[in-house]
Amino acid sequence: MSEHIVSKKTYYTIFFALLVGTALTVAAAFVNLHNFNIVVALLIAAVKATLVILFFMHIKYSTRLTKLWVAVGFIWLFIMLSITLTDYLSRAWLVYKP
Amino acid sequence: MEQQREAGTLGMWWFLLTEIMFFGGMFLAYTIYRHLYFDAFAAGSNVLSIWWGAFNTAVLIASSLTMALAVYHAQMGNSKKIVFFLLFTVVLGLVFLRVKYIEYSDKFEEHVFPAGDFRWPLAEHPTAPSNVGQLLTMFIGIPPAGHTAEAPQQALPANIDTKYSDKSPYLGISGAIPEEVSKMGMAGHVRMYFWLYFVMTGFHALHMIIGIGILLVLAFQAWKGKFSKEYHSYIELTGLYWHFVDIVWIFLFPLLYLVDRHL
Repeated sequence: MSEHIVSKKTYYTIFFALLVGTALTVAAAFVNLHNFNIVVALLIAAVKATLVILFFMHIKYSTRLTKLWVAVGFIWLFIMLSITLTDYLSRAWLVYKP
Repeated sequence: MEQQREAGTLGMWWFLLTEIMFFGGMFLAYTIYRHLYFDAFAAGSNVLSIWWGAFNTAVLIASSLTMALAVYHAQMGNSKKIVFFLLFTVVLGLVFLRVKYIEYSDKFEEHVFPAGDFRWPLAEHPTAPSNVGQLLTMFIGIPPAGHTAEAPQQALPANIDTKYSDKSPYLGISGAIPEEVSKMGMAGHVRMYFWLYFVMTGFHALHMIIGIGILLVLAFQAWKGKFSKEYHSYIELTGLYWHFVDIVWIFLFPLLYLVDRHL
């Protein structure tokens, strides 16, 4: 298998998708969705990051070993964030009675 | 050959994974402090100019495109176009840093640089760009008329400190906190927001400066004809680094500039 060359057309398409995502996230910031503003912002950011990783960074066309390594990196990050938050989010339960 | 390429890619990703953890620690700090001092983070993020942030996001995405095209032409073995697109990427990176410089200067003027003469509530508030024309004139260094305006009240979400802080569960106090105490705490918490803002964007900018340095070396080597259809892994791996820096900004922009804009 020789090196996979991503076409220029794909790069331009992803570029426009990323610009649209940026416009969407800016527009969504001005709408009051209460607690869901952060959810929408992070969802759009995650989609944009995924597009960059899959196409600009060629992960879509990489070997399975490379895909695994990339996934593992983000899973570690997720573990760090989520386990730390289980501490911080549950601390208030001890002292706060709404 | 295939194995060599995969080894190179994996090695670069190994480095990028350490970078994910490096920035991940800061994102974690941001998450925890935003959780604790939600009101202060909302007030702090409303001081930033959303238009500079959005402009820079677009610039960085464009620089990722030009970087990807440089890799494409490297795979095609087209040296002249490699040089062109690498230098294009450098120019876009410099545009990003120029805007970051404008933003940082504004924060110094507003006395919200956390290690300096930090003042809160805002004393002065330089005019943020409100349209494309102002973006462009400010970019080349001409501030709009009446540059240091009186601090507008909308820079501070109305009463947001009292609205949230009397419910703060972390003090174990039910009921309202005296206003002076709440205000003092507010200033310190906003300062924490700006620590995170400067450290996160500062390290991001440092990564861009390093990236620009590498790109300039590669452009010189490409101009000398070092790279070919068979030999271009430096360009490809630098591309991975550049896109990674772009991804960091894709998360920094909404978290620092956007999420509390509606308040």
